[in-house]
Amino acid sequence: MPPDTLLEALPSALDLARFQFAFTVVWHFLFPAFTIGLASYLAVLEGLWLWTGRELYLDLWRYWVKVFAVAFAMGVVSGIVLSYQFGTNWSVFADRTGPLLGPLLGYEVLTAFFLEAGFLGVMLFGLNRVGRGLHFLATCLVAVGTLISAFWILSANSWMQTPAGHALGPDGRFVPEDWWAVIFNPSFPYRFLHTVTAAYLTTALIVGAAGAFHLLKDAANVRARVMFSMAMWMALFVAPAQLVIGDLHGLNTLAHQPQKVAAMEGHWETRRRAPLVLFALPDQERETNRLELGIPGLGSLILGHSVEAEIRGLKAFPREERPTNVPLVFWSFRVMVGLGLLMIALGLASAWLRWRGRLYTTPWFLRWAVAMGASGLIAVTAGWIVTEAGRQPYTVYGLLRTADSVSPVAAPAVAASLALFVAVYLLVFGAGIWVILRLMSRPPLPHEPAVPVGEPIRTAGITPAPAVEAGRAALRPAGP
Amino acid sequence: MPAWLDLTVVWALLLATAVFLYVVLDGFDLGVGILFAGIRGRAERDVAVNSVAPVWDGNETWLILGGVGLMPVFPAAYATILPALYMPLIVMLLALVFRGVAFEMRFKAESEEARRWWDRGFWWGSTVAAFCQGVALGAYVQGIAVEEGAYAGGWWDWLTPFSVLVGVALVAGYGLLGACWLVLKTEGATQAHALRLAWPLAVATVGFIALVSLVMPFLQPAFRARWFDFPAILLAAPVPLLVAALAWVLLRSLAAVARAAAERPPAAPRQVIWSDGVPFLAALGLFLLSYIGLGISLWPLIVPPEITIWEAAAPRSTQVFLLVGAAVLIPIVLAYNAYAYWLFRGKVQEGAGYH
Repeated sequence: MPPDTLLEALPSALDLARFQFAFTVVWHFLFPAFTIGLASYLAVLEGLWLWTGRELYLDLWRYWVKVFAVAFAMGVVSGIVLSYQFGTNWSVFADRTGPLLGPLLGYEVLTAFFLEAGFLGVMLFGLNRVGRGLHFLATCLVAVGTLISAFWILSANSWMQTPAGHALGPDGRFVPEDWWAVIFNPSFPYRFLHTVTAAYLTTALIVGAAGAFHLLKDAANVRARVMFSMAMWMALFVAPAQLVIGDLHGLNTLAHQPQKVAAMEGHWETRRRAPLVLFALPDQERETNRLELGIPGLGSLILGHSVEAEIRGLKAFPREERPTNVPLVFWSFRVMVGLGLLMIALGLASAWLRWRGRLYTTPWFLRWAVAMGASGLIAVTAGWIVTEAGRQPYTVYGLLRTADSVSPVAAPAVAASLALFVAVYLLVFGAGIWVILRLMSRPPLPHEPAVPVGEPIRTAGITPAPAVEAGRAALRPAGP
Repeated sequence: MPAWLDLTVVWALLLATAVFLYVVLDGFDLGVGILFAGIRGRAERDVAVNSVAPVWDGNETWLILGGVGLMPVFPAAYATILPALYMPLIVMLLALVFRGVAFEMRFKAESEEARRWWDRGFWWGSTVAAFCQGVALGAYVQGIAVEEGAYAGGWWDWLTPFSVLVGVALVAGYGLLGACWLVLKTEGATQAHALRLAWPLAVATVGFIALVSLVMPFLQPAFRARWFDFPAILLAAPVPLLVAALAWVLLRSLAAVARAAAERPPAAPRQVIWSDGVPFLAALGLFLLSYIGLGISLWPLIVPPEITIWEAAAPRSTQVFLLVGAAVLIPIVLAYNAYAYWLFRGKVQEGAGYH
């Protein structure tokens, strides 16, 4: 192979930087996607315990709080790296948007500190010390704190999709003019609702899978029954709600980023009676779909709410304004929606079995629920790929191109760091996930042990709060 | 209010303080990891790790505040320094992540063999992170090539004899902090061992400070002017004199602790033996003086050799917006960290986790 062909065959520094960010951000979001929902679930469990007085709910709380501690730590650790990657790999982006996006990310970090410093330690170790009401308050505030963190991060991401409230300086810098408009930019409310709902569903599916796993071994385990039942109620009501929220989010995207929606739907031509494409192999070179299977008119009906609505296809936009990888957007969208439909089916099946009184004793259904355990995580990841790959070729939509955002760092440096990231992440988060799976493989039992205080548990990652609470617990004279 | 004191200066001082807190606080717990090269026995290693277990997470808080503060407030600095220091920074971050997990897993290890592997990881991660921080500092001080607001150098620019010198110097310096921390927080065999390690590290650290200080003025003409021209020399001259004085205090106090420890019975739980803390304070003082010396060279540059803090600063609306949150939350974080240190005061008891 001649040398210049070989050079062309190698990935560019830009591609490597994109892949590196995708790799680290996907790993990172697996953990918050789980802990946002789990924090709220813990608040509900503790609330039920206080309200009904049944020890069973406290046992479940203790069972899941151990998982929460590990997952939260993994989320913090993987998030720290991201805050530096904007500078190392996307320095032009950081330079142009820093004054505007930097404070949003800064507030997220300050919120996380505050949350940990104030309440995480109390939540993990303080149950016997601060009184039940105050402890319940701490649990609720941890749940609220995870939502506030999501608020800031999703606001920053949404601004990149639908920028607002800024002026563009002569040096190409974005200058904040109206913080309210920056934070509550047009796509933010939809993205926030869609993402938080996704996190709740993700948690419900993991909790449901754990419950089903233990019911398959011992259908009489009351605690496994309760967690499974709660998870299936969530699937029954929240999965269909997510369909509606997702539709609203999609219509918002259609208004602001029509190319993205055209790529999601696999529409090349602008037409009325556009089909809903179920299967296709989008071909970017020839600007058409191969092996297309669709339902005529349904695409127009969903997007335009009328069969006669005209839907713009990708060819209505210049090539350099279209998403750079149409098949990726198209297929990620189908993975997300397909899994969402399976979740709705799971919820409906659970309602039927519940009505027939066989919810906890139907092996095929329990196995199905176990198999669906990771489906929320996969759907969330696919959804993020749709929205991020669909935003291409821009980082700040319509204003700053991805190719112009990247750091002036040579390809070999990015490739070397990417290899290091892959090696360290697989080892580190592999170990973390192994610990979580080991915790979940133990059945929930009466008198579930609390978080151990004798060993340093690196729950926080950034503040000594859990250690402080553990220390105070250890110093306390042995009492009730 | 003096004319030079504006929001940009406030933010620069705030971030400089965060970076310094990070350097000395994470410095001593990284140092404990570095000392795993010399601390071999299981019991001594457990005591050493337990002495930092409650506080080391909090110590890393300041690294995050430094990074997250730089992007909004000094975007031009963030966008040029980070690409210039690409390799040392990324290797440092990954080493810190790896070290954190090794720290955790050594307590969860199910066999002695597994524990030894995680101990090796803890040592490697700590040493690599410290070395990379020093290399990054050295490369930063040497100057960063910037054209039209963007980093204009290559991806090996950071690797120079000077940056490697600072890297090795910081490993020795963190090792000294770690050894002095163990002198303060342990007793018996572990403390005696830490005292033996502290001696050569103290000599090496002071030697490196002298060496780096001698090279520094010749890196940039501006630095030279700060250190040798009148009247700037009036401000700068006390720094090396104070370093010499503190080095003497450090070596004297190490000898004094060794003498006193031989005669004293074991300390009661949470009893603070203040004289054991003198070496640690002296080592902190050496770091503070080095940091001030660095500040004298650099002020008001944020990206040497040319870009000042005012040139790199974000618009006022950004500075104000973020300062509101920082003013409320940073004191809380500080108070909580201080409380953690107070709560875990005194000597670490052998065989105890968080006591």
